[in-house]
Amino acid sequence: MAYFARRFAFFLATLWAAVTLNFLIPRLQPGDPAEAIVSRIGGKGQAVDPAQLEAVRTMLGAPGGNLFEQYVRYLGAVFSGDFGVSYSYFPYSVTHMIGEALPWTLVLVGVTQILSFVIGTLLGTWAAYRRNTRVDSVITLGSTFVGTLPFFWIALLLIYVFAITLRWFPERGGYGGGSSPGWNWLFISDAFQHSVLPGLALLITGPIGWIIGMRNNMVQSLGEDHARLAVARGLPERRIAITYGARIAILPNVTGFAIALGSILGGTVLVETVFNYPGMGRLLLESVSNKDFPLMQAIFLFTTIGVLIANFLADILYGFLDPRVRKAENS
Amino acid sequence: MSTPAPAVPTPSRNTQTAVEQGHRSGMRGRLLGRQPGWFAILWRNRKCRIGLLILAGFVLVALFAPVLAPYDPRSNDFPTSLGPTGDHWLGTTVQGEDVFSQLVVGARTSLIVGLAAGLLSTLVGLVIGLTAGYAGGWVDEILSFLINLGLVVPALPLMVTLAAYSPVRGLWLIIFVISVTGWAYGARIKRSQIITLRTRDYITAARFAGDGTARIIAREIVPNMTSLIVVGFMGAALAAIGGEAGLAFLGLGDPLTVSWGTMLNQASLGGAMITGQWAWLIAPGLTLALLITSFTLINFGIDALSNPHLREDG
Repeated sequence: MAYFARRFAFFLATLWAAVTLNFLIPRLQPGDPAEAIVSRIGGKGQAVDPAQLEAVRTMLGAPGGNLFEQYVRYLGAVFSGDFGVSYSYFPYSVTHMIGEALPWTLVLVGVTQILSFVIGTLLGTWAAYRRNTRVDSVITLGSTFVGTLPFFWIALLLIYVFAITLRWFPERGGYGGGSSPGWNWLFISDAFQHSVLPGLALLITGPIGWIIGMRNNMVQSLGEDHARLAVARGLPERRIAITYGARIAILPNVTGFAIALGSILGGTVLVETVFNYPGMGRLLLESVSNKDFPLMQAIFLFTTIGVLIANFLADILYGFLDPRVRKAENS
Repeated sequence: MSTPAPAVPTPSRNTQTAVEQGHRSGMRGRLLGRQPGWFAILWRNRKCRIGLLILAGFVLVALFAPVLAPYDPRSNDFPTSLGPTGDHWLGTTVQGEDVFSQLVVGARTSLIVGLAAGLLSTLVGLVIGLTAGYAGGWVDEILSFLINLGLVVPALPLMVTLAAYSPVRGLWLIIFVISVTGWAYGARIKRSQIITLRTRDYITAARFAGDGTARIIAREIVPNMTSLIVVGFMGAALAAIGGEAGLAFLGLGDPLTVSWGTMLNQASLGGAMITGQWAWLIAPGLTLALLITSFTLINFGIDALSNPHLREDG
């Protein structure tokens, strides 16, 4: 139980730290943060729209008061889910904009990450099962090579080959002009077609970490005494590989999955920008180029909280899967 | 050919005991003298040798970039959107700049960012990791929390947010932003390494001999972590090069610096795909991949430095 309590305490502490970080980042620059932001929105010599100033003030939660009062007010706003009004999509609220973008990213990232995990774990297991053979060389060297290719460059090449040259798939966007979001066949098939190339880009680089991790863990666990004993007992090779190798080797990949989520979300910023895919990553970049600071801050906070929740769930899962972790934390 | 996958650098038990024994009998100097120098070990590893040669090539290109680049990478006096020709080996951009000159000068940016941000985040990681691991207690609790926080906060969104707030996006700001987001992984590995080193006999011996904490860290602990620090630096430099390319590709880089990331950004926005300028699109990605490959290959050799089992003799 102590393990779970500790993980929960860590989750709460990181949550607080993320919320506070989000409060501090705009205030790192000298001077009044709202004035500084608004002057950057307006540019030199331009009049500043009072509505903008209002939106920024709401985001900062800071109509006057000292830093501590601002902080308390900001915490109150965050916990009541009030992130203010988006400046570039006025009069929509920030939460409305995030609600529009979130499903796109969740589906794209969710599906590709689960597929990556499955493909990577299977390939890694295969490489470890046939360790030091040609299969192993092809899988490990191949994934090391693909891992060196810049991710967004792969995405660009996919567009160049499959969308522009061969015209098999649409080039950009989340759905075509003829359909509108909803539960109808036209939209779903359209959205699927648009998600093939971004999904492929994520699936080319996604499994690499799992392949390498799974292979190395499994080779190691197959060298341990209990696996050797299994060999001595004359158990079938395949059974040794699965029950004595893979079963143990998969554990670190579970926590690896949680840690990887942060970089995966980073990857979606790139992939969504390349494909102009209407998810959170593109919205983040759009808010940056529109200088929509309230929206930008809220997306950063949402993304971070999403990663923290996923991490917490993975920690809990790991505690159930591997009793050794619970013991280690107690002692 | 055996294929040691890029393993997590765990110095083997053998090296550590060998070093301990050597130290205990006061012959560490002789032991080090008997071992081949670190460069010789790296050079003997075939993969690492190839990696070092590629990296050396990039360093030379970066050093002599002004001589090697046929034109000023910023000069836009040429016909726009050319394919590869005799005058412009990789064609020209939509603004009429020479792509090959940009590629040559871009090597400079990538190497500077890799070196500076790699050093900076390694240094931060080393200081925090060492302090946490050596001090223990509540100092460790707080620093470990910071490290774990640094690990879970999504790096690219944080980089984007930090870069968005800065009024001037110079190269040093990019380096700073990358280092702020990239130190945690190295710090965690160094912390766990120092925890295993801290309780070893030769450290206790040094403490009983009256050595101060600073001296123990500098003379006894850091030398035994050299390969870990080097591997950490390589990883951080690699992440920094990728991070700069990503930020620049998103249009958040230093607008005054030519880099491979900005080249890809302009190729994507400038319609290189529609005009069929494949050279403009492919060249920056390939050089980026080649540079990253050289780092990966060198890492094979550094693994061998810390783990004698992986050495390829002869």
